Amino acid sequence: MIMRQASLPPPAPACQPTRRERRAAQALVAGTLAVIAAGVVAGRASYAPASRRPDSDLEVIARVPARAWDAAAARREQLRRVLGATPDDLTTAVDLARLDIEAARAGADPRFLGRAEAALAPWWNRADAPPEVLLLRATIRQSRHEFPAALADLDRLTVVAPDDAQGWLTRAVVLNVRGQYRDALASCAALDRRASSFVQAACRAPALALSGRAAEGAAALARELPGAATRAEVAWGRSLLAELALWSGDDAGAEALLRAALALAPGDSYARAALCDRLLDAGRLDEVRALTEGHDADDAILLRRALARAAAGATSDAAIAIMAARFEAARLRGDRVHQREESRFELAVRHDTAAALRLAQENWQVQREPADARVLLEAARAAGAGAGAGAREAARPVLSWLAETGLAWPRLRALAVALAGAS
Amino acid sequence: MSAPRTRVAGVALLAATVLTVADPARALAHKPSDSYLTLDVARGFGRWDIAVRDLDDALALDGDGDGAVSWRDLRLREADVADYAIGRLALDTPAGACRLTTRPLGLVEHSDGVYVSLPLAIDCPAPTASVTVDYRLLFDIDPEHQGLVRAGGRADAPAAPLLFTARAHRRAVATGGPAAPALAAAFVAQGVRHIWGGLDHILFLLALLVPAVLRRRSVDADLARAERAWQPVAAIRPALRDVAQVVTSFTAAHSLTLSLAALDLARMPARITEPAIAASVVLAAVNNVRPLFGRDRWVVAFALGLLHGFGFSSVLTDTGLAGLALLPALAGFNLGVEVGQLAIVAAVVPLCFALRRTVWYRRFALSGGSLAIAAIGLVWFVERALDTPLFPLVLNAFART
Repeated sequence: MIMRQASLPPPAPACQPTRRERRAAQALVAGTLAVIAAGVVAGRASYAPASRRPDSDLEVIARVPARAWDAAAARREQLRRVLGATPDDLTTAVDLARLDIEAARAGADPRFLGRAEAALAPWWNRADAPPEVLLLRATIRQSRHEFPAALADLDRLTVVAPDDAQGWLTRAVVLNVRGQYRDALASCAALDRRASSFVQAACRAPALALSGRAAEGAAALARELPGAATRAEVAWGRSLLAELALWSGDDAGAEALLRAALALAPGDSYARAALCDRLLDAGRLDEVRALTEGHDADDAILLRRALARAAAGATSDAAIAIMAARFEAARLRGDRVHQREESRFELAVRHDTAAALRLAQENWQVQREPADARVLLEAARAAGAGAGAGAREAARPVLSWLAETGLAWPRLRALAVALAGAS
Repeated sequence: MSAPRTRVAGVALLAATVLTVADPARALAHKPSDSYLTLDVARGFGRWDIAVRDLDDALALDGDGDGAVSWRDLRLREADVADYAIGRLALDTPAGACRLTTRPLGLVEHSDGVYVSLPLAIDCPAPTASVTVDYRLLFDIDPEHQGLVRAGGRADAPAAPLLFTARAHRRAVATGGPAAPALAAAFVAQGVRHIWGGLDHILFLLALLVPAVLRRRSVDADLARAERAWQPVAAIRPALRDVAQVVTSFTAAHSLTLSLAALDLARMPARITEPAIAASVVLAAVNNVRPLFGRDRWVVAFALGLLHGFGFSSVLTDTGLAGLALLPALAGFNLGVEVGQLAIVAAVVPLCFALRRTVWYRRFALSGGSLAIAAIGLVWFVERALDTPLFPLVLNAFART
């Protein structure tokens, strides 16, 4: 390193910038400003919110009920206006709530349940609500899996309006979901002379099937099916018969009945989902894909599509991604109405057996239909390899339920044997 | 349900309702109504995503009732949408209510469909650690509606949202933001860290400082004799005057553009800022070896300093600060940058002054050093212009930008 003192050069006159230098300095300033100007312009162009604004006015951004040509939507709109002026008008409120519930069913859109609740707002928190309100409130509550509250409403309804057949029927359906088959049958018995023999048979069949009398219930329902009064009743009867056939091990018969129900009512999401399940079990994934095409708005169907994609080996797929996003959205809002489906998703798509088992157990606390039992047993068996005794412990309530109901469903029986054999 | 005949039909219909709606997957098909509200009170902004479906129910957006809400339907009712939403949200602080205003809405996709995304500007009377949120959207139309509110953070924060329901629609939430003094203090440190951590700013400053203890004697294009073109200043006073000129120009310039960018009055994409800053390093360094811009290096410092301000601003814009809340942060950050810069000046200038008479200083520090700085700046420029690292392991370890 050279550190010696430099000899001081003779003092020189202060150096004035040359013209060239002045021009260079001006060019520097001008150039910098030009770069900044260009940058700011570019920055303005790139300044877009995280959201987008469509370029075209014509772009359709959402589908909503068509008030202009959908008669039900127009009627709801009209009733809502009337109710806005007279919110305490019971007749209007009940009419509107019923239409909203029907819309929730037809469009598989729980938003309408909230609209129905809004229509019933003046009576919603009243224990002594009028019978019409009790029935609708129970229907809304059970659809949100608030089963004890729904049953309380229905119990009261059957006391204050014992002739209301719908009350007894709805009560039987809820009791069935809760695994209270004897009470369900008692509720169905109250339909005697209050409803058609078809409705009575349809009411009894599932409860009978889960009380060790499956053949009796199925035979009665099959006998009464010609007496079904409407297409909706026929589709309902066929779906029930298909379920009973499935539980008795008649997969082909179940499939034929579901296809018949679907032919009668192509919009019947329940039948479509059940048929998809049957095809998934049979490994007929291409048929599931065809059957679920264009039904992404319906989560029940979308789930089957995602399951089929996962079964075909796909790990990333549009159906899987949307389904995962919807589960996440439901989780964020604190929903607890879809554990059965989420358990299937966790098990078959994400292979998270621990999460699947936890969800299935939570679900079993709320509803106890054969499908719920199946979900829990499948999760327990998958977890069994790692969890051993823990998984058997988790399955125990379902295994004893299976013994009590005497349900013959071969698929469940095989799962139970596999779990018992693992011990 | 009056005559027995219709009752039976009603039974079947509602039985079907029970069966299908009782199936949980059916209940899940579309989810119930939610809105997603992100509040960043500390930084003065928010974002509110509301389903177009819900807004249609409230405001009948679908004017012709054909069942399709077009962008035009929505665009024409934009003010109504904003008024409807803003009228159903209140933020209160001990010092008074916060003023909410909206910016042009956009569309976003959520898992169950298209939502209007409404940007909010939040002006609270004073920085506050907690704000009382009163959320009343849609409850009259749908008592099951929920507001999923994330407060005090960014939209992508992993924390679970707070649920606002018809029964619990008012609650205090932490803004997550410190009060103004704490915010400013935090950003002083940020500012220091930014200038010390950013080698490009340091090298630029060095290139401007090194010649301050010398006086250019003549314009000499001959590189070999360049060192002799400079002579040391006799006293520290002219050197300090030069340093003060350069540093003041640089400070004024970058403060100006930093403020413009942070206040969102002008923004420049990093794609342009970053290569431009690299180029400024090259120019400042080359100017020492081969004078390009005359003796008035403060002009160079000012012009190129404008670019550096945009570079600094990335720190502030990345935090998403906006509105009044930005001012303490901006002040703190700028102060931090100046403190960090003065620390460098204080360390470098005395050293330069002490060494100014050595040949080493002129030959190696001025010429060699400037050329080295220019070379590094050139590499950065190419890298940033092409967006590809040339020497990923060595230089980029320092060049945090």
